[in-house]
Amino acid sequence: MIDKFQKGDPARLAKRYSSERRFQAYGAAALAISVLFLAYLIIDIGIKAWPSFFEHRVVLQFNLDPGKIDFTNVQKGDFTGLIKDSLRALFPTVTDRADKKNLTALLSVGAADDLRDQIVANPSSIGTTVNAGALLSDDADLYFKEGFSSTIKTAGKTNLQLAQTGEEYLFSGDTSQLAVGQIVRTNGGALRITSLEAGIAKAEALMVPENLNSLIPGSWDLLSLSETEAERSIDDRSTVWLEALRDKGLIEKHFAWRFFTAGDSREPELAGLRGAITGSLLTLIMTLSLSVPLGIAAAVYLEEFAPKNRWTEVIEVNINNLAAVPSIIFGLLGLAVFLNFFGLPRSAPLVGGLVLALLVLPTIIIASRAALNAVPPSIKEAALGVGASHQQAVFHHVLPLAVPGILTGTILGVARALGETAPLLMIGMVAFIVDVPKGFTEAATVLPVQIYLWSDLPEVAFQSRTAAAIIVLLVILFCLNAVAIYLRKRFERRW
Amino acid sequence: MTAWTLLIIAALTVTGFFIGRARAQGLRNAGAARLHSLPTYHGLLMASMGFAAACVTTLAVAYVAGPDSMIMPAAAALLGTSAIAASHPLITREFRARNCFEYFVMLVLIACSGVAILTTIGIVFSVLFETLAFFREVSVIEFLFGTHWAPTSTPASFGFIPLLAGTLLITLIAILVAGPLGLLSAIYMAEYSSRSLRGVLKPVLEILAGVPTVVLGFFAALTVAPLIRNSGEAFGLAVASESALAAGLVMGMMIVPLISSLADDIINAVPQSLRDGSYAMGATKSETIKRVVLPAALPGIVSAFMLAISRAIGETMIVVMAAGLAANLSFNPLKAVTTITVQIATLLVGDQEFDSAKTLSAFALGFVLFCFTLVLNFVALRIVQRYREQYD
Repeated sequence: MIDKFQKGDPARLAKRYSSERRFQAYGAAALAISVLFLAYLIIDIGIKAWPSFFEHRVVLQFNLDPGKIDFTNVQKGDFTGLIKDSLRALFPTVTDRADKKNLTALLSVGAADDLRDQIVANPSSIGTTVNAGALLSDDADLYFKEGFSSTIKTAGKTNLQLAQTGEEYLFSGDTSQLAVGQIVRTNGGALRITSLEAGIAKAEALMVPENLNSLIPGSWDLLSLSETEAERSIDDRSTVWLEALRDKGLIEKHFAWRFFTAGDSREPELAGLRGAITGSLLTLIMTLSLSVPLGIAAAVYLEEFAPKNRWTEVIEVNINNLAAVPSIIFGLLGLAVFLNFFGLPRSAPLVGGLVLALLVLPTIIIASRAALNAVPPSIKEAALGVGASHQQAVFHHVLPLAVPGILTGTILGVARALGETAPLLMIGMVAFIVDVPKGFTEAATVLPVQIYLWSDLPEVAFQSRTAAAIIVLLVILFCLNAVAIYLRKRFERRW
Repeated sequence: MTAWTLLIIAALTVTGFFIGRARAQGLRNAGAARLHSLPTYHGLLMASMGFAAACVTTLAVAYVAGPDSMIMPAAAALLGTSAIAASHPLITREFRARNCFEYFVMLVLIACSGVAILTTIGIVFSVLFETLAFFREVSVIEFLFGTHWAPTSTPASFGFIPLLAGTLLITLIAILVAGPLGLLSAIYMAEYSSRSLRGVLKPVLEILAGVPTVVLGFFAALTVAPLIRNSGEAFGLAVASESALAAGLVMGMMIVPLISSLADDIINAVPQSLRDGSYAMGATKSETIKRVVLPAALPGIVSAFMLAISRAIGETMIVVMAAGLAANLSFNPLKAVTTITVQIATLLVGDQEFDSAKTLSAFALGFVLFCFTLVLNFVALRIVQRYREQYD
């Protein structure tokens, strides 16, 4: 046995070294998983969010006839009708009632308000003909966004003859390019193939063609849609209209400022974050103005003045435990104490701020204590030595030196409060609120709760809005953390 | 009215300071003898007298007459002014203004540190009262041992076991993910990584820790859950769209930074001499870590895991968004289960009548949750504390 060790056992050594390398690889892999998870999370949400930062409008021509719009009372004008008429004018062949309704459904209900605002801002345009963009509805908007529509356009390469029997259209000639379900666009119309037998394709009109001229290569094209009509939110007829608008160059893409300047809405294309951001801001002001003074005072007392006895020990244990209490419990506290006992208003930033202040208080106390503790005792002793009172030494010398650390802790506390959702659900900040809150006692919602609310909605467009709201929240949090890191780096002192 | 009152209180405080300081300054200029306290302290004391009097009055009036009453700012102004006026003749050469002011400051500081205690008391009482009211309607036995949870159906049944099972299942999955990942990450960062790599990795984990749970919930519900369902279907498994696995996995990733940062601290606290001893015996780095560092750090690591479990049990948004609502008593991670926090959130959002057993049951669940996490936290923090003392 001894002999074996004296000579060394290369096989055993190799095994030990390979186990060493394995162990190190496990550690690196564990970290890699965390990093990859974070990267995947951010990229996935970023990709989902991207389309929401843009909106599509269709440029329409409006004849602002003073007979239709009262110059003296612009607010009362029938802008919805005006917009509908302008859009229908582009498709004169659409005469069916239901079709007309479907056509105008491509526009957002908010388009009329946009037009009104534009005319109110520029009253001299009344009596003239103006071009203005009208916002598309969420489904139509998504159609133009990458990754949401599956329409493939192919140019017609063969010669075809077109004939009409009653409601039905017949294609004959080289029908090799055609397939059932595809849409042939030619002669100002659009025909959907319903059957294809023996070289003859039967088709129905989605948009009635102007004539029955023969089709030559280049005079027609083909729309093929990979999903069935039932799976799509835009039916074939609307697809044809939207494609026609695109071909005419009437579709414009804009940055969606609306997403930051509008309040919440039931319509995805109109929904914005301004209400939620304002609510978050009001709540945070409330939280900060309570938790920072309270937290610093408590930390100063516990770190500098408190006698070491049972009572202060109880406070310490209590603060540490409070820091680990689930946040939803704070929501129960807010519900039972602030709403039911004190009768404060529901859904208000006031109550939300109070609850979050209690929630982040332990975090701020613990961070501030650590910062105070890091200031060397010699500073205080020097102050005491030249005759300062205990409080003078602490407030004039120790506390100012601890401010960067306290600030860092506070910012991290704010970041936590900003992302907190569960306790706010308990105190009713989940209501659907369109108006931007103006005060601490008005009903409001906050950014994370808005994310939760939107994520629950069935519309596909809201999914993207949710992701976009998340990106906004993450950017804010990232900035806060960056500030905290900068402060720590800039003011950190090694004693 | 509140804004006016706050304005009046602020104005009183500022004027009190200047009046007090001016009078003390006058005394100093007039007499040859020195003042006991600096004029600033006389000013501060007078300001705090005015502030305290006005605040107390405001609170009293608000309690009696309501916060919208016109009396509130008026009474605050009146009593604040009279407090300042009353303390005016106090300012003399011998008056120990600094000592008085410092006494006042100390009272404020003590009161502030008492807020934490008040919060705990508030939590305990607010939850306890409603819980007791709940147990007047539903027996404790039925609640604790019942296996059927249906608070909204008639007749409602409040068996807590399915919720407990669901919570534990998701927590278990989360810990199975976060435990190895967090611990290995901590070991790598503490023992292997270079200083510069550590400087990159630590902020990344901090960012992961700072991602709001509502974001993780969205990710779990919209990306991870479909991923798991699709890959399950590829293997011929029926996976619920709100499977416990998806929620558990994402929750595990949420907890990784918590475990890794706690474990990192604990591993760093193990004295270098223990490692050096092991190296001197010819052990490799991994052998040292496995046989010396980890056993020495074990109590701390156990407490880190306990804190992580308590965090997982109390986590709300991920499970609200990614886990189910139906209370299935099942330990199959591919099925939908519900948790305590999900039920609290769904029972209390929306209409609220505080007399129905349905609403009260949420508070009973909250009470259970609070006790659970409190015990875990308390024990874990105790271990950490004792352990830290050992090596300090």
